Amino acid sequence: MNAASPQDLCNVPQAGPQTEWELRLYVAGQSARSVTAFANLKKLCEAHLAGRYRIEVIDLLENPQLSRGDQIVAIPTLVRILPMPIRKIIGDLSNTERTLVGLQLRPAVPMDARPCDE
Amino acid sequence: MSRRPKAAPPLPPRLEKCPTGIRGLDVITGGGLPRGRPTLVCGGAGSGKTLIGMEFLVRGIQQHDEHGVFMSFEERATDLAENVASLGYDLNTLIADKKLVIDQVTIDRGEIMETGEYDLDGLFIRLSAAIDEVGARRVVLDTIETLFAALTSTHIIRSELRRLFGWLKEKGVTAIVTGERGDGTLTRHGLEEYVSDCVIALDQRVIDQIATRRLRVVKYRGSAHGTNEYPFLIDEQGITVLPITAIDLNYPASRDVVSTGIAKLDGMFAGKGYFRGGSLLVSGTAGTGKSSISAHFADAACRRGEQCIYFAFEESPDQIVRNMRSIGIDLENWAEKDLLHFAAFRPSTFGLEVHLSTMLKRIDELKPQAVIVDPVSSFMAAGTDLDASSMLMRMIDLLKTRQITALLTSLTSAGHPVEQSEVGISSLTDTWVVLRNLEQAGERTRALSIVKSRGMKHSNQARELVLSNQGVDLVEVFIGPDGSILTGSARVAQEAADRAAAVAQTSDIARKQATMLRRRKAVEARIAEMQADLAAEAEEVDVTIEMQAQAASGRSSARIAQAQEREQAGDPQTGHHDGDRR
Repeated sequence: MNAASPQDLCNVPQAGPQTEWELRLYVAGQSARSVTAFANLKKLCEAHLAGRYRIEVIDLLENPQLSRGDQIVAIPTLVRILPMPIRKIIGDLSNTERTLVGLQLRPAVPMDARPCDE
Repeated sequence: MSRRPKAAPPLPPRLEKCPTGIRGLDVITGGGLPRGRPTLVCGGAGSGKTLIGMEFLVRGIQQHDEHGVFMSFEERATDLAENVASLGYDLNTLIADKKLVIDQVTIDRGEIMETGEYDLDGLFIRLSAAIDEVGARRVVLDTIETLFAALTSTHIIRSELRRLFGWLKEKGVTAIVTGERGDGTLTRHGLEEYVSDCVIALDQRVIDQIATRRLRVVKYRGSAHGTNEYPFLIDEQGITVLPITAIDLNYPASRDVVSTGIAKLDGMFAGKGYFRGGSLLVSGTAGTGKSSISAHFADAACRRGEQCIYFAFEESPDQIVRNMRSIGIDLENWAEKDLLHFAAFRPSTFGLEVHLSTMLKRIDELKPQAVIVDPVSSFMAAGTDLDASSMLMRMIDLLKTRQITALLTSLTSAGHPVEQSEVGISSLTDTWVVLRNLEQAGERTRALSIVKSRGMKHSNQARELVLSNQGVDLVEVFIGPDGSILTGSARVAQEAADRAAAVAQTSDIARKQATMLRRRKAVEARIAEMQADLAAEAEEVDVTIEMQAQAASGRSSARIAQAQEREQAGDPQTGHHDGDRR
């Protein structure tokens, strides 16, 4: 899932346009939640990070020992490896606004009061 | 119903237990934790939860070859290894030997955001992987409640925890789950709701600035267990839970008698000493000679070639040696011969339980036949009365089960009734010797009496205890005219008075005898005089009789002569005439 072609993107206050995004999604098998999370993530990346991101999906059922490295407890967990610092978002990423805030693609709104404008 | 067979009654398969290997805990749980089930261990910060978990795993590996997984939600694995290294656990070796896995779970709330539904499969998978990695039979989750702090969706955590504990049971691993004590609840987040088989609560209380750790089995489904709060302690050998009372009262009682080291004190006991393995309490106010009696006891034990430990809580060993030399007892000699061992501590240094375990450890190391604790009353300074007496009760129990003759001294505060047993232990001891200070006529002296001596007749009389450079001596006391006992110089005075009285009596007799003699002589003299008088009188009478006889004979001869003259003159009436004249 390597798509690294620089593209113009507005509304990215913290990550510069040239930034390489490296995301890792931890799942457990083909559970409904895992599938949903992957779909949500893919959609979001295409919308905001098209061509500048890479998603690595790790199935813990196959590689359970990998859970220790990134301190995975919950499934699904999305880890933003790059840009630094590491951020983790757990859940099926169904709330796109929160996911964007979590990935710092959108500034956290004071009081979290801003309504979803997607 | 009243019969209570000791052997396991023929019941259907009982709950299988998993020995923790923690000293004392297996005793009060009747064999260990429920095997294949999770046990909740809850307590406040620093109450020893983590250590109980770690010792459970390490002992499992060492003693039962059951491998373990430690999942730490709080401490870092390296910190854990360092922390328990002081207890002699080499976690790194166990990890390298594939006997132990330490998995540290860190959830940094700052880098985590939740969005949408999730579960804790990650945790399950991690745990499962760790268990499979070493073939673990024991698992510790310490402290899983941190999840509540890290994640916001408590409804998810709750349902996942319920699933986790069910899953652990399915896996058949024996687990310890720790939890922070909450306000009014066993755990802050109600973990006891999920873990219902066995709950153990830990507690650390500070009373009078001395902390004591306690452990209580809150519940244990399907098993009998001790319900009390048991003190426990953490030392370099790990955790020791101390059952307050011995499980049974079945120690053997020796018929042997050992000397007290004081010949005259031996004489006050019908058996000529204390029973071996018995416990002896010597109580008295300050300066009544308790330590001196202890020293004699130590000396006597060492003379018999026995090992003796002198636990001193008031004086340093050197001071004891010096002081006892002044009464002619050379304790240093025995110390050099490795028969006498001193162990001196400040009573306030540790809590009571640490004291007990320290003493016990020393006793188990040296296996002495005699032990001196001087004085037990100092434990009062290290805990409450109740704690002190329960600790001493256990100590006496432990000594008895080991057949160690124990001499305990106890300081009575002045003005206290002697019969009020100082720390409530007089009923536990077999022999009780009371020392008293007597003050009379401006002088202090010491009196010794035996209050009780189980299984042995003893003298009921008080003796005066005299300390000299020959050691302790007991002197019979005098009973004064008013029934009080006389000691010291009063006794000496009484002795002198008695001697003087005896002397006076002797001279009185002599005087009377002399008077008698004189009187006898006088009487005899008078008798002699009277006899002389009598003799003189008798003599006079005789003389008179004789004279009269002579006179009579003189006259008759004259008459005869006259008659003859008359006859010759031829006058026959003359005879008649003579008769008339007579």
